[in-house]
Amino acid sequence: MSMSEKILTKRFDIPGYRGTLEEYEAAGGYQAIAKVLKEHTPASLIELVKRSGLRGRGGAGFPTGVKWGFIPKDPELPKYLVCNADESEPGTFKDRELIMRDPHQLIEGILLASFAIGCRTAYIYIRGEFVAGARILEQAITDAAARGFVGQDILGSGFHLNLYAHRGAGAYICGEETALLESLEGKRGLPRLKPPFPATSGLYRKPTVVNNVETLCNLPHIVLRGAEWFSSIGTPKSAGTRIFSVSGHVRRPGIYEYPIDITLRELIFDHAGGMAEGSRLKAVIPGGSSVPVLTEWHLDTRMDFESLATAGSMAGSGGVIVMDETTCMVRVGQTVSRFYHHESCGQCTQCREGTAWLHKTLRRIEEGRGRAVDLDLLLDICDNMKGKTICPLSDAAAMPIESYLKYFRDEFEQHIVEHACPFDSTHRS
Amino acid sequence: MTEETIQRILSRYPDRRSALLPLMHQYQEEAGYLTEDAMRMLAARLDIPPIQVTEVATFYDMFRLKPGGRREIWVCHNLSCALLGAEQAIRRLEETLGISAGETTPDGLFTIKRVECLAACGLAPVIQVGPDYYGPISANDVGDLVEQLKQQSA
Repeated sequence: MSMSEKILTKRFDIPGYRGTLEEYEAAGGYQAIAKVLKEHTPASLIELVKRSGLRGRGGAGFPTGVKWGFIPKDPELPKYLVCNADESEPGTFKDRELIMRDPHQLIEGILLASFAIGCRTAYIYIRGEFVAGARILEQAITDAAARGFVGQDILGSGFHLNLYAHRGAGAYICGEETALLESLEGKRGLPRLKPPFPATSGLYRKPTVVNNVETLCNLPHIVLRGAEWFSSIGTPKSAGTRIFSVSGHVRRPGIYEYPIDITLRELIFDHAGGMAEGSRLKAVIPGGSSVPVLTEWHLDTRMDFESLATAGSMAGSGGVIVMDETTCMVRVGQTVSRFYHHESCGQCTQCREGTAWLHKTLRRIEEGRGRAVDLDLLLDICDNMKGKTICPLSDAAAMPIESYLKYFRDEFEQHIVEHACPFDSTHRS
Repeated sequence: MTEETIQRILSRYPDRRSALLPLMHQYQEEAGYLTEDAMRMLAARLDIPPIQVTEVATFYDMFRLKPGGRREIWVCHNLSCALLGAEQAIRRLEETLGISAGETTPDGLFTIKRVECLAACGLAPVIQVGPDYYGPISANDVGDLVEQLKQQSA
């Protein structure tokens, strides 16, 4: 594990590298699209990505080549590629770094995906708060167009692609792909009922692929180094590296790119500096705030999709939030549930009401006004929220709370019995 | 907002309604907030009912429907920032500026806004002002930050 090689973040380590077009080309950039335009058909590129085993890095982990394969082949039919740069899952900050530090890697990935599905217009949907990121992308697109990598007849191949950065305006739900498409159409970000899936009816009801920033950034490397090279990293079912965002009570918060099957222990203690002197790990959220929490007993779990599912959690967005023994899990629940309540789009009753009730109940317990029946009430609310709504936000709000109760029920009971938060005197100031 | 800007934005989309969010951003950057007149104008330009512009303006957190400070100070209060003292930093910021989150200083310079995860948790607790990120910001760093922001705005 220690001899692992960085792939997507490799150029971040070049002294003085700022990700300009000249620097990206000098470091081997835009060679993958040149190779594909010479040597590949869309079908052979889709086949290559399928063989590589690349799975989506946004949260769901769906095989990228398979997703592309659902797009109808009719050349007359308009199709769209949309890059999901709406990074908003609490604890996740990898896409921001990929955009700020190497924007042309993303643009090249978009070119490759667009060639594979046969689209002529692509959009990067970037969250509205990413003011600097949107400016960097716009400049990078302009520079790439001036060199003939974006626009008409790219590298004399007859392949055309118009590419635009499109800013959101502050709504977590727009990271859900159908809400994102609604938002890109100028509407409120309300997720659509599926089916139909975006591959048949997406942006403007045309076939559409939505891929995450990190997913797309993998593509140039797969093209240049091959499917076998890529699938040799990680596990047979979860190939490649992953960029883990590590935050919370660790000494060196930041992004860390490692083979996807690294263990939580290696990631936190060997790379992120471990816990502060004298403090002890109590809980860790391995894939963004939407996934169930794990404890110190789970530290030898590997971070690939299957291993985290076996441990009762999810790989999610790769956002690892570490908490030490001074952390009050009821307070964590209050913070997390406040977020989902704020971000529920409101169209499904179970989510709109459930997120409000979760937050209200957790707040009551944290403030010492909880009742003995509240713990069963919380589980009951969660049960009513899961698997019953148009999109997964409702599940994302319920699953973490259930897990906090599963591992830290005594802490919740203590709040209720003592009519106070037992951590109030130890909270960091 | 010049006609040239409007046309440049419209040209990116096969369906003009897609230009709504970019045009709202553009208008707000120039005017500070979205007036009723602006929303009616956008509805007319995009050929959609005014209520649909209002719906969008109220759905997304970033659009302002009334005047605020010239600079918004966004303070994250989500989990990674909260674990490392965001609430203490917010309290200190409120004391330093003499206003509560959601309010604007009497000189019209700053508005404090509590925000959800800014995707910069490596800098937690993090504060964002315009395109710039500041972090980690503990309660003790707030005074210097406010001075720095005042100097930038002078």
